[in-house]
Parts: sequence; C-alpha cells; structure tokens
Amino acid sequence: MTKPKALLIDITKCIGCQACALACKEANGLPGEEEEELSATAYTVVKEKDDIYYRRLCMHCNHPTCASVCPVGAFEKTAQGAVIYHAHKCIGCRYCMQACPFGVPAYEWKKRAPKVQKCTMCYQRLKEGKIPACAEACPTEATIFGDRDELIRMARARIKENPELYVDHIYGEKEAGGTSVLILSSVPFETLGFPNNLGERPLPELTWAALKTVPSIVVFGGAMLYGIWWIIDRRMELAEYKTKEQDSQLKEKT
Amino acid sequence: MSIKLPFKITFWKVVLLLTWLAGLIAAIVRFTGGLGAATNLSDKYPWGLWVGFDVISGVGLAAGGFTIAAAVYVFHVKRFYPVLKPTILTAFLGYLLVIVGLLFDVGRPDKIYNPLFMGNPHSALFEVAMCVMFYTTVLFFEFSPNLLERLGWGGPKRWITKVTVPLVILGVILSTMHQSSLGSLFLIVPQKLYVFWYSASLPLLFYISAIAAGCAMVIFESHLSFRAFGHRLKEDVLADIGRILLVVLVIYLLMKIYDFYMRGVWSEFFLPRMETLLFWLEILPGLIVPIILLSIRKIRLSTRGLYIAAVCTIVGFLLNRLNVSTTGFVASSGVNYFPSWMEIAITIALVSTGFFVFAMAVRYLPIFEHPEAKSELEAVGIPEKVFNVEALPKS
Repeated sequence: MTKPKALLIDITKCIGCQACALACKEANGLPGEEEEELSATAYTVVKEKDDIYYRRLCMHCNHPTCASVCPVGAFEKTAQGAVIYHAHKCIGCRYCMQACPFGVPAYEWKKRAPKVQKCTMCYQRLKEGKIPACAEACPTEATIFGDRDELIRMARARIKENPELYVDHIYGEKEAGGTSVLILSSVPFETLGFPNNLGERPLPELTWAALKTVPSIVVFGGAMLYGIWWIIDRRMELAEYKTKEQDSQLKEKT
Repeated sequence: MSIKLPFKITFWKVVLLLTWLAGLIAAIVRFTGGLGAATNLSDKYPWGLWVGFDVISGVGLAAGGFTIAAAVYVFHVKRFYPVLKPTILTAFLGYLLVIVGLLFDVGRPDKIYNPLFMGNPHSALFEVAMCVMFYTTVLFFEFSPNLLERLGWGGPKRWITKVTVPLVILGVILSTMHQSSLGSLFLIVPQKLYVFWYSASLPLLFYISAIAAGCAMVIFESHLSFRAFGHRLKEDVLADIGRILLVVLVIYLLMKIYDFYMRGVWSEFFLPRMETLLFWLEILPGLIVPIILLSIRKIRLSTRGLYIAAVCTIVGFLLNRLNVSTTGFVASSGVNYFPSWMEIAITIALVSTGFFVFAMAVRYLPIFEHPEAKSELEAVGIPEKVFNVEALPKS
C-alpha cells in the first residue's frame, strides 16, 4: 500500500526565486509568466511579506472540503494524498471555491466551458513515479516531497534543533484535520495570511452533523404526516357518520 | 392573439419587454463570453446575486406551495382551499425560474443533469439539487389538474386526484429536506461567513424562515391578483394565514435570540460596519415590524395592513438570504462585490417572467375558479358535510 505523501515547505529556506512557480507552469502546461495570486493559470505562487518568501498552493487536506461539498463528487482524495479534480463531472456550481478554507480553487471565468483549476500535487507525475515539479525545481530544498509521517518527524526535528529560528508549529499537521502540505515558518502563520481559526476537526463534519439526520426526517416525517392525515380524516368521517345517523333517527320519529 | 388589456397593463407590457430585452443582451454576453464577461464574480467571490437571489431566495419564496398544501390536505384546513391553486402555481413557477436561474449561474449548464448520475451524498448541494428536481416534478403533478381540466381530460385528472395525499406528503418531506439544506450549505464556512449569520442552527433557521416567506408570499400574491385581475379572496382566509405568519415569525425571532445568546455575539451588534447596517435592516423592518403589525388585530384584519406586513416579511427574508449567501462573505473575501448590470438584468428578467406567466396562467387556466373543488376534496377523503362551501367563490 502506498503511504500518504506530502510536501514540506520550509519558509526559512525560501529565497523567492520563483523556480517552483515556473516549473509548475511548465509541468501543468499553464500559460503566462509568474503571477501574484493563485488563478486558473497559476497553481502556486511565491509571495513576499517583510522579506519573507512563502508559497501558496492547494493544501491537499486529509478531509477536503472541496471533495465533501461537491454535488457530483468531482474531487477525489487519492491514496497518495493528492486531491485531484475530474473535470468531466464538474457542473461549475463553484461551491468548492466558496467552501475552501484556504481560498484555493480558481475558475476559468472567461471560458465558455470553464473548469475549476488548482494544484494536483502533480498527480500525473506521481503516477509515473516522479515527484511534484515544484519540489524537483526548488534549489534550496525549501519544498521537499516525501511520506507525510516522515516529513512531520523531520519538521519536528528542525524545530527542536533551531527553536529560535522557527515558530513552534507545523502548519498543516492538524489544521482542519490535517493537510498533505506542511509548512514551517519563522513568523506566526496568521501574519502571512494562513487562517489560524480552522480548529483541528475536519470541516466536512459540520455539514454531516446536519445531513445525517435526513433519513430519519424522511421516515419519521413521512409516517407522522400520514398519521396526522389519517387521524383527522377518520375523525371527520365519524363525525359525518354520526350526523347522518341523527338525521335518519329524526326522520324516523317524524 | 387578441388579448384585451386595460391601458394600465400596457404600460407594464412595455416594462416587461424592456426587462426581457436587457435580459436577452445579458444572456448573450453570458453564454458567449462566459461568466467572467457577464458577472462581477471572481475567484475570491465565487457566489453572487444569481446564487443568492435567483436560486437560494427563489426556493424560499416558493415555500408557500408545501405549506398551504400541507394545511389543506394533511391538516384538513379546507378553508385555505381557495388560496391553494394560486399558491401551487406560484411555487411551480418559482421552482422553474430557480432552475432557469441555475442554468445561468452554473459554469456548465450542459452538465446540469450530472447530479442524477454521480451524486455525492455528503454534499448538501447534492441533496438540494435532487430535492429541487423531484419537488418540481411533484409541483407539476399538483399543478397539472388545472391543465387537464382546461384540456378536458377527465381520466388523467381523476388518477392524479387519487394520489393527491401521498403526493402532498412527499412534497412536504422534499421541501423540509431542501429548505433546511439550503442553510446547511453554509455550515462548512464558519471562518468565512460573518458572525451575525454563521450558526450551527442555519438549517432550522432556513426552514422556519422559508415557511414565513411562503405564507407572506400567499398574502402578497393574493393582494396583487386582486389589484390586477379583481380576484377577491376571502379576507378572513388571508387574515388566518396572517395569524400563522405571526406565529412562525415569533418562533423565528425566538430562535434567533436564542442563537445569538448561545454564541454570545451581543458585543458585535453596534460596530460601525456595513454588516451591522444590513443586519439591523434584516431584523427591524424585516422581522420586528411585521411581528408588531400582525399582533395588532385591527391591522391583521385590514387588507392593507396585512399586505404591508407581508411585504416587510418578504424584504426581511430576501435580506437574510442575500446576507447569508453573499454579503456575509464580503469581509472575509477581501473584495467588494456588487453585481454587474447584467447580473441584475437577468434577475429582473426572471422575476418579470414570473409575473407574466402567472398572469397568463390566471387568464387561461382555472386557477381562481373551483367548479369541481367539492368533488376534488371528496376524492381525497374529505367528507362533503364538513366542507365549507362558503369558502368557494361563486363561479
């Protein structure tokens, strides 16, 4: 069995060279030069804040909201950890975009037959036994690819060895149930715009708490409504019968 | 066709044509240039007016269909029978317009049937899609006796009348499921939806407020029908629906207060923000005012007072749905969304189409006539004796 894979991004090692972003464009056949924000033609971007360079890309959640909200199941969490997209299923409701806690999926707004676009952890390359293009292109090993549990151990060791360099937190280890992209940083993650209010429970549980009640609503609701109809109907029938009887008794008397 | 129209309606015909023209231009842009060409939506703001108004609000406004049908057939409140037909018509039209709106909004309208074949049971939207599809079918059957009667097809009409009760119960179940699941859509975004509107009780709040909106729409549309066509409905029936509306609104208000209390958000209520203004608009004129109006017996029994209370309720409902589905996301998205003229044009064109088709249906179908009402009710097991013949307009 394949062990779940992950990407470990060590922001302290990133020099902002854009090699990952350009390699990503090439590997995925995306047009254009480096971009400022994630878009349908940029699966990853390198951003800068106060001389700190960091990447944005799909976090490949262990319990992806995109996969859980999609009405047609167009997203799939693969055994390797990559969250991939099946364009032939997608109807373009954009619920995945509305629901993603990281604001990752992008849409081809200008196209007549648009698709959702996002990082696939280079799933095509993974299947060929290669590693994601960004990890391969990174000259400083700021982005590395490997088994998720192995990378978490490595990240812990780095924090332990250099506690003054790192914030004592592996972003993605537990966020919203954990992700397959793990990030180490020298500054608090929220200053770089990573949401810090996600909690540790998978977000799809929130929806499921409501949706799981549906079968009982159908069964008990249906039975109850039918019962109400039957009781009222029967009582009216009896009332009707009684009045008829009284009528005939009256007739007999006269 | 030679339709005799009074002059006043001709003005509305011009307005109708203008909205259709604007809608047509917008539709051409939408389907040739893509969503980006016609809307102000973006990656950071993927849901706008079309989702918020045409789809999410539209479904709620059509909730009168299942509410009144349940009252008449399940609870045997035969007094409401005169409003049932126009309400079913409104609901059926409403759902059809929701589906048309959806075809504009989704990126791949050619794949709209996909949920039928590749559903994801963990998705609230899948549940909504299936329920809307099935419930529209149910509404078609509930509405069809009007068509069959006009066509003179007595046979099929009798078959449908025989299954009315199971059909209505099915409609109530489907409506309960998807009216609440429209609220469930937003359970997954606790960190994105503004604090006034995110709540774990969204499904229940959506369900109760949809019933209120449905009742308000019955009053609203009865009033308009009377003004436009002179179909007077018994005022005591509408006043009764007003009383139900009052009860539902009070339940909704109490649920809201309880929800705010549990989440402890009182301190946010007076922050100088756009959300605060929208929130108070939703709560004061949209919820408190109709409750006060309907509590006063004299106002509830007056046609005008009832109408104003209904309009307030509908406005409050629309604000709520738009806040939950669109404006509540402005703060977290970091972009200022305002719909483009084309988004607005499509929405207005859909609404005016609804009014137009309603008027045409009233003109050509036996919506406000009930020559067979008695036998129809008998067929579903409501005895003649207790049937209030007075509730029927003289045909």
